[in-house]
Amino acid sequence: MTLPEPADNLRVVTINLQGERFALETRHVREILDPGPTTLVPSAPAFLNRLINVRGRVVPLADLRLRLGFEQSAVTIDTRVIVLEIDLADEPTTVAVLADKVNEVREIMPIASSQTPKFGLRCRPDHVRCIGQLGDGFVIVLDPAAIFASSAPRRGSEHATEHHLPH
Amino acid sequence: MSSPDPVETFRQESQELLEQLEQALLDLEHRPGDMELIDSAFRALHTIKGSGAMFGFDAVAAFTHHVENAFDEVRKGRLAASSELVALALAAQDHLRILLERPAEAEAERREAILVGLRAIIQGDMAPVAVSPPAEEQAPAIQGWRIGIQLPRNAMAMGTNPLLLLDELRELGPLRVTARETQVPPLEDLDPTDCHITWTAELEASCSRAAIEEVFMFVLDDMTLNLSPLETSAASPSAPEETLEAASAALSAPPPAQVRAAAPAAPAPAKAASPAESVRVPAGKLDELMDRVGELVIAQSRLRQVASASSDIHLRSVAEEIERLALELRDTTMGIRTVPIAQLFGRFRRLVHDLCRDLGKDVDLVMQGEETELDKTVIERLNDPLVHLIRNSLDHGLEKPEERGSKPGRGRLLLSARHAGAQVRVSIRDDGKGLDRARIRARAEERGLISPDQPLTDQEVFQLIFEPGFSTAQTVTNLSGRGVGMDVVKRTIEALRGSIDIASEPGLGTEVTLCLPLTLAIIDGLLVRVGEGRYVIPLTAVEECVELDANAEAGSTRCNFLNLRGSLIPFLRLSGMFGTNPDPEPLKKAVIVSAGDQRVGLVVDQVIGDHQTVIKSLSKLHADVEMFSGATILGDGSVALILDIAHLVAFGQAHEEKLMAAA
Repeated sequence: MTLPEPADNLRVVTINLQGERFALETRHVREILDPGPTTLVPSAPAFLNRLINVRGRVVPLADLRLRLGFEQSAVTIDTRVIVLEIDLADEPTTVAVLADKVNEVREIMPIASSQTPKFGLRCRPDHVRCIGQLGDGFVIVLDPAAIFASSAPRRGSEHATEHHLPH
Repeated sequence: MSSPDPVETFRQESQELLEQLEQALLDLEHRPGDMELIDSAFRALHTIKGSGAMFGFDAVAAFTHHVENAFDEVRKGRLAASSELVALALAAQDHLRILLERPAEAEAERREAILVGLRAIIQGDMAPVAVSPPAEEQAPAIQGWRIGIQLPRNAMAMGTNPLLLLDELRELGPLRVTARETQVPPLEDLDPTDCHITWTAELEASCSRAAIEEVFMFVLDDMTLNLSPLETSAASPSAPEETLEAASAALSAPPPAQVRAAAPAAPAPAKAASPAESVRVPAGKLDELMDRVGELVIAQSRLRQVASASSDIHLRSVAEEIERLALELRDTTMGIRTVPIAQLFGRFRRLVHDLCRDLGKDVDLVMQGEETELDKTVIERLNDPLVHLIRNSLDHGLEKPEERGSKPGRGRLLLSARHAGAQVRVSIRDDGKGLDRARIRARAEERGLISPDQPLTDQEVFQLIFEPGFSTAQTVTNLSGRGVGMDVVKRTIEALRGSIDIASEPGLGTEVTLCLPLTLAIIDGLLVRVGEGRYVIPLTAVEECVELDANAEAGSTRCNFLNLRGSLIPFLRLSGMFGTNPDPEPLKKAVIVSAGDQRVGLVVDQVIGDHQTVIKSLSKLHADVEMFSGATILGDGSVALILDIAHLVAFGQAHEEKLMAAA
């Protein structure tokens, strides 16, 4: 599922993950919350093993840092929960992600994908929606649909039973 | 409150009426003389015709008119409810369904065939007595008609516009209309919404009587229409005129359809047998109500927490009062959402009837426990699985009469439903040839699902038929045997948090039992603590809570046995399974849960207490988390997971068998 290449300016929320700057398109973002109590889901994949209560709805909380290959870090005063609404297999799905810090909402100019390097991005290219120009530097705009689609469970996947009986 | 689309309301009502018609027709096959059934069929047709015309379904109305005519003749005893007529009426009912749902697909030839058939039956069976024949063949060569029109007083309230009727007449030919206001009351008595005026019209057209009657088709039963050829009536206006009046219909039939159709909130059409008052409410509104009640229950459990921590006696008593009310409200709301399963079972009579005809089988469909009530959502979602299971029974299970050997030639298919605790058991039992174990095994080996030397219990063999793409049918019929289905059936039932059991005896038949929860929205749960996490165990699955003695605790494996009054029960240490840190709590508890006839103990750190659990389904992203069936929100706003007991019990049993085998 490749999205058409963004032609115009993108409206994004820039966030920090492990000191790196990333961005999420505002059209996915439903709300930004302070971190609250979370519930562990045993046997779920590590980056997606928490549940939170968002106004009476039970929403999975994902740690993008683990997904992108970073270390997990402690909750600080700047940590925020971003509630996203994404389309997974044509079904709207609500999922929340943790950010070390939420910086700002702004418009960025995406650079053409032909100029996007295929490596050196610090994350898998299929998790990247595009790269945008931000001041003097660049920012990676993540594609949450792609990030969660590749983690969507297949039926009868292996780890459920493994967790029950490690020995 | 936004008013629902009246056309949609008409569609829904018509669906119900068609179902009523179908039931009546199927019963008529067995009891051809039953006047009540004939009346029921007639009333359904009459209502469809009336409301159809009102909402612009002219094709529906025109077509229904002819079928209704036939049943009117039956009602008046001039025509027998022969099996040909019933068969034709069933075909007509199907055609009506198409006209209503997918008008574009309606075939004119089919319509013609049905109408020709009806006409043949009416004329063949009936002496041409003094009834105005519905047919067009009576086309006398006359110059015109004198038409006396007297509409029922409430005609305009019912949606009839006299001017439009006159316009329609005008389309037949030049028309002279004289209004007669002799019946208009003095001003002080005048109700401006009533129709007081009568008309005399002279139509100069050599059309048939039927053509004129067609104009008044939808009010014909309630109005007075005097028709006489122009010359004769001019000569003797008092000559005996044919009068078509509201026949006995007006006395026995329910109030005319238009009233109901125009006011969707008015009482829904009463079922022939039980004229209970009811209100039609869109299902979405009930869902909303259920959501609100769910939130109320959550808020109430928070209130209870606050109150129990307080020493204010007034607060406590109010909290208790609110708790009682909230629970009552919950039960009532769930009650609203439940409907008798008869609604669902009723649809299968036609299915069985048609399948028997197509397959050349003779089967009695017996239904039990139709009054059993189930959540409407569950009922809706049960339809497809049940259709599939019934087809399987008829196609593969039940034999043709000549193959049934010593069994009665007529097969028996029993559909039953009953409550068992907080579950409903729906079973489909046939007395056919039973499942062929050897063939299922062979097929499973062929497909590599099992190895040839693997020992399997009967249950395990039967469960194989739920594997995707599994079919033992040697020939693929248009009914079943394509291997799509049983896995879908299983998945649908599991999605409803239910389970399927199969029992089968060779030569004696097969019984498939579906166990389903009463409702999908709220359950009573037992809140427990494991490590730092809190979990909910559905209370219906809980048999008892026992304290785990220190000896059992000494064991280090995850699955041990518990001696409960002499019976050995395997138990699972949830803390080990969930990978939580060991809890210092010295006295562990075991919650004994059961699924089916199997029991397993779940070791927890603490039993907190009962909890009104509003079930929230887990996100799609967590679809492969098998130990939990859902989540709920606790009084303090945090989320707790709901344990999937069926899965845990199966897991415990499997583990037990493994240990047994190893010992």
